[in-house]
Amino acid sequence: MSPGTWRGNATRWGRNHMAQMTMIQALNSALDTMMERDPNVLTFGEDVGYFGGVFKVTEHLQQKYGAKRCFDAPISENGITATAIGMAVYGLRPVVEIQFADYMYPGYDQLVNEASRIRYRSAGDFTVPMTVRMPYGGGIRGGQTHSQSPESLFTHVAGLKTVIPSTPYDAKGLLISAIEDDDPVIFMEPKRIYNGPFDGFHDRQVSPWSKHPASEVPDGYYKIPLGKANVVKEGEALTVIAYGTMVHVALAAATEAGIDAEIIDLRTLVPIDIETIVNSVEKTGRCVIVHEATRTSGFGGELSALVQEHCFYHLEAPIERVTGYDTPYPHSQEWEYFPTPPRIIKAMRRALES
Amino acid sequence: MDDMSRKPNALELHIPKPRARPGDKPDFSGWSFPEPGATPKPDIEESAVEMREYAYGLIRVLDMDGNALGPWTPSISPEELRRGLKYMLLTRAFDERMHRAQRQGKTSFYMQCLGEEAIAIAQTMALNGDDMCFPSYRQQGILIAREYPLVDMMHQIYSNAQDPLKGRQLPIMYSSKKEGFFTISGNLATQVPQAVGWAMASAYSNDGRIAATWLGDGSTAEGDFHAAMTFAAVYKAPVIINVVNNQWAISSFQGIAGGENTTFAARAVGYGMPPLRVDGNDFLAVYAVTKWAAERARANLGPTLIEHFTYRGGPHSTSDDPSRYRPSDEGRCWPLGDPIERLRDHLVSLGEWSEEQHRQAQEEAIETVRATGREAEKVGVLKADAPQPRAEMFEDVYKDVPWHLARQRDEMGS
Repeated sequence: MSPGTWRGNATRWGRNHMAQMTMIQALNSALDTMMERDPNVLTFGEDVGYFGGVFKVTEHLQQKYGAKRCFDAPISENGITATAIGMAVYGLRPVVEIQFADYMYPGYDQLVNEASRIRYRSAGDFTVPMTVRMPYGGGIRGGQTHSQSPESLFTHVAGLKTVIPSTPYDAKGLLISAIEDDDPVIFMEPKRIYNGPFDGFHDRQVSPWSKHPASEVPDGYYKIPLGKANVVKEGEALTVIAYGTMVHVALAAATEAGIDAEIIDLRTLVPIDIETIVNSVEKTGRCVIVHEATRTSGFGGELSALVQEHCFYHLEAPIERVTGYDTPYPHSQEWEYFPTPPRIIKAMRRALES
Repeated sequence: MDDMSRKPNALELHIPKPRARPGDKPDFSGWSFPEPGATPKPDIEESAVEMREYAYGLIRVLDMDGNALGPWTPSISPEELRRGLKYMLLTRAFDERMHRAQRQGKTSFYMQCLGEEAIAIAQTMALNGDDMCFPSYRQQGILIAREYPLVDMMHQIYSNAQDPLKGRQLPIMYSSKKEGFFTISGNLATQVPQAVGWAMASAYSNDGRIAATWLGDGSTAEGDFHAAMTFAAVYKAPVIINVVNNQWAISSFQGIAGGENTTFAARAVGYGMPPLRVDGNDFLAVYAVTKWAAERARANLGPTLIEHFTYRGGPHSTSDDPSRYRPSDEGRCWPLGDPIERLRDHLVSLGEWSEEQHRQAQEEAIETVRATGREAEKVGVLKADAPQPRAEMFEDVYKDVPWHLARQRDEMGS
């Protein structure tokens, strides 16, 4: 596939020098780029400062910009989220790291009742331009408190935007857009693909990002607009809607099964790019939705409803969902739980055969 | 389980109970307060450890005859004191009218600050005009002391066509960036760590402004308060955290929030923060402790926790009847009196005020509120048919209206 397909809709990367990056390096580069450009950008979170974060996304930023702009926070997601809101209200653009998405809940009230509504309840007087970064998702043997995919808890909240990249190139361009956005953005990082585009075959060797075209990342400033999906592979037989790690798993499934699937990487869940979805499903007439999160009330339910509302008369088969099961994330049965390519292939075949 | 079947060493669950419920005589026996003027005033550079005792005392300046005593007596001109007194009278008159307006069906909800007027007003006067306030819902005195238009407060309460918040917020959940008054949430204590973040941002930006925030005794039990205390202490944020201990959280007394065995000011001790505990009905003392904490914050010496010891004179809101859960005369028996009367007596004792002037000022406040009320009601009171255009509901959710909201707006029709 061509690098262009993966790169999507960058608004500007003209004179940038390109470098090869993993997703971690690309996220680090986004923070570096924004801290360099805008003195109002600062970052903090648990182990984020001297140590550079448990996943190293903030590595070297404290050395480069000083402790004032990149520092450690107490173990209080409530406090991290709330103080970031206060900073954003002041006029800064804080980027906070929640060490794992699974740890977000102590700060959830501050997102649901506060960050998302401050613009609304003050009639635009106060705003919250903050970004909350959090690694999410399974496939890392993290058990039930380091593997969750809670995106629908954020997409359900009016006033929040929710973004999930699937490549180093997208990760940087989307994070820069999130930081520059004047509304609170939940930026969820698929940690299983931090170091390579994991394809869901846990028993095969994972290829590194360096072998993937979207690891070519401009080292300067560029943006990928929020609210725009990316068709990572064109196809005629059916549409797969995915995001994060599942984009790569779905691609592998289609390749493995030899199915001419069109694969959409949503990139932004809210506001969603309905146009790209509709164009694709109207063309293929079949739709498979894939996510790691639990099924009931998961974002797949919303996607399924949207496809039904917008494309009912083009559908030739029931919409399929391949998701995590409605159980806590198990430790030893990780690969039974994870929506692996064989499960996606089964769903694609069902969609093709009906 | 009857006594016969009790194990000899059976454990018992303790549920705190207030001393008096309806039908009982108000009981403040055993409460002892330091004499006015008796508490020393530390240097603003004093270490938090050395200040522990302040958590268990009570800073008082005014005695019950209106004399100002001791080292905490602030240097504040009679002119300023008269201004403070007038703000308090205006606040009380405003509360009285708007509480009544709710009873008359002109709005859905109201909350008075009866008996607590000195706190928000003296504190606002002690702060700089551009310091940022993160209030709870009983600090309307901040807006009044910053001379925010009363009529806009009423427009907000009536959700009428000139409501600055476009009918989106419950009455009294004001917001005014211009007056440094953060949008009131309606949740409790969420504003406290936000104030700490704002203060951190001010320090980050080498600004000179500090933040102040208020919460009740009841909501100190929320995690947000403790997160705020941790972050404020860790980063020495230039913030004043005010716990307004008005004894009651709707029907629960302050013992349910953890005030039975210690004070709320003492929460500061564990965080290494200086505690100040003050008579919240003593305008001069509240003013003085706020000046002290503000000076300390401005000198990069970090946060202060102030407990304002006071009494909620009215119901929690228009939705509860306090005679159902506490003695009706408890407020009248409050040993630390009424903040307005106490400042009046002080000014009179200075020869700077008279009963006659006070009566006149009271009438002026009532008349101002009455005239403003007429003006606001002419624009409108709360009605089933909102005066705001329906489509406006979809604005300010995000900076720009995304397609899905635009679609819902279209579906709703105009």
